[in-house]
Amino acid sequence: MIPRSQLVLITAIAVAGLVSACSARLDPYFALIISNIGINVILAVSLNLINGYTGQFSLGHAGFMAVGAYTAAAITMFGAPRFAPALTQGAGIHALFPLALLGGGLAAALAGVLVGAPSLRLKGDYLAIVTLGFGEIIRVLFRNVDSLGGALGLNGIPAYTNLFWVYAFAALTVYVVVSMVNSTYGRGFLAVHDDEIAAEAMGINTTRYKITAFVVGAFFAGVAGGLYGHSIQTIAPTGFDFMRSIEIVVMVILGGMGNTTGVIIAAVLLTLLPEGLRMVADVNVRLPFAAPFDNLKWIRDTRMIIYSLLVIVLMLARPQGLFNWANRSATKPKI
Amino acid sequence: MTEFLQQLINGLSLGAIYALIALGYTMVYGVLRFINFAHSDVFMVGAFAGFYIGRGMPKESFATGFLALAGAMVVCALLGVTIERLAYRPLRNRSKLTVLITAIGVSLLLENLGQFIFGAAPKAFPTLFPVHTFKLGALVINSSQIVVLVVALALLGALQYIVLRTKVGTAMRAVSFNQQAASLVGINNDRIISFTFALGSALAAAGGILYSLNYQAIDPLMGVLPGLKAFVAAVLGGIGNIPGAALGGLLLGVVETFVNGSRFSTFTDAIAFAILIGILLFRPAGLLGKMQVEKV
Repeated sequence: MIPRSQLVLITAIAVAGLVSACSARLDPYFALIISNIGINVILAVSLNLINGYTGQFSLGHAGFMAVGAYTAAAITMFGAPRFAPALTQGAGIHALFPLALLGGGLAAALAGVLVGAPSLRLKGDYLAIVTLGFGEIIRVLFRNVDSLGGALGLNGIPAYTNLFWVYAFAALTVYVVVSMVNSTYGRGFLAVHDDEIAAEAMGINTTRYKITAFVVGAFFAGVAGGLYGHSIQTIAPTGFDFMRSIEIVVMVILGGMGNTTGVIIAAVLLTLLPEGLRMVADVNVRLPFAAPFDNLKWIRDTRMIIYSLLVIVLMLARPQGLFNWANRSATKPKI
Repeated sequence: MTEFLQQLINGLSLGAIYALIALGYTMVYGVLRFINFAHSDVFMVGAFAGFYIGRGMPKESFATGFLALAGAMVVCALLGVTIERLAYRPLRNRSKLTVLITAIGVSLLLENLGQFIFGAAPKAFPTLFPVHTFKLGALVINSSQIVVLVVALALLGALQYIVLRTKVGTAMRAVSFNQQAASLVGINNDRIISFTFALGSALAAAGGILYSLNYQAIDPLMGVLPGLKAFVAAVLGGIGNIPGAALGGLLLGVVETFVNGSRFSTFTDAIAFAILIGILLFRPAGLLGKMQVEKV
């Protein structure tokens, strides 16, 4: 008898395969959006493990993503042709690509250890700044590695990403995060989130939980980075800046920290929102009595203003997130 | 040797600007115990205020320069107070994370409003003060560097006076020591916190103008990096500690300028963060700060 959660995972991967089989008929623009939704779901759900469940506010998720994207691209572009040329042709790519993604994920997980280790001594604001700093350092490093394209980045990454891989990994991410947190072991994450001192007093190894959260979160961010790189085929250090991290953080906040369902909904909506706004903005409204005008362009220009206002208003009015109906709230009661 | 001195002067004038911004972080942290992420964008608004005031002036002179400086400081003081009133005060008793996220939201809002209102393209900053180049032997000193150093030192002195010698400064220190006890002895906490924001934001505005005088180009995202580095400076000196912020700013400016002049110049932007991580790992209280034990 297979447990229900694993059944759900297998079904999700099978559905991903089916969708992928039909994706050839899809308009490439829509296929790209659907693929981006999946990548953002991976990023948001994995960040939710660190920021939401464990309560370690990280602002460096784009940095982990960059490590994964560069590593995976280096494996498929430089590693495989030299050491295993058979994998770069025909059916070989179906073995090469998941290996490259795993490699990207592992490299990012290693970076997660590096970030997680100092985080043991820091909390709140300091941790946020240090993770932000790590993200920036990673970007500066990549900018200075000439064999990885320097400031221009890597071009001509093979387009291996398809909807199957995106959604298979998205399902895997959700499965791993949810079953980790809902296990006996995973209660420790919530304990660290709720009250670190009390958790420690009860004999919970808070250090190990924090590092585990960082490593697992970073691993999936790295995988998402690999998928992203092999989807848009060109990566540059500027694509993984602070704003990218913020976008993921906003998804987690909007969905409600520590609420996977809400975070998934938020990731889907926030990926669709800019596309929707762009479509609306491109429509020229023609009024019968006036000259044609395209005043709706302001919607496109104000997108980020709306985002930031959304964050502020949400924090003032509903800090537990828009899609959080459960009891667990982001704000803990003051003692 | 001359090159060393030259770099030292450049570093000090950069560091003085970091120090001015760092003071805002440190003062707000002192009274409210949170990092005001929006501070770096107040710095940007200060530069733009100086830009628009300076552009309306006839000619560069000391009068123009100081008027632009004072105008921008007033604008930013008002902005700082408004931000505190609208975004932070309603969250006074909420969890730290909520306030932190709000601060990030305010920062993003200012940046994006800036791009919307001022335009994303960089603008040439007017030369507010008369420009002169002095030569001391092989040393070349720009008059704007002197202006930066003099203004920064004067403001630091003024701040030190306000904090240590005036009634409102004493109240500020009382609030940062213990808010409840301060309100018990009749201090209006809300007013003191507003005043702290006004003071810090005014210093950030001065920093913004001085920074722009040196770099001569401004854009709505100009605050992000100097802001983060100034924060590092504040932590380096010991956050919540006013002389510490000044020391940290000067140190960081000098170190960064020397790295920039060496063959590792492409790593300049990473240096500040490396220092930050180092200091947080080995001496989290900063150079001048006191270690505090967390009580349950």
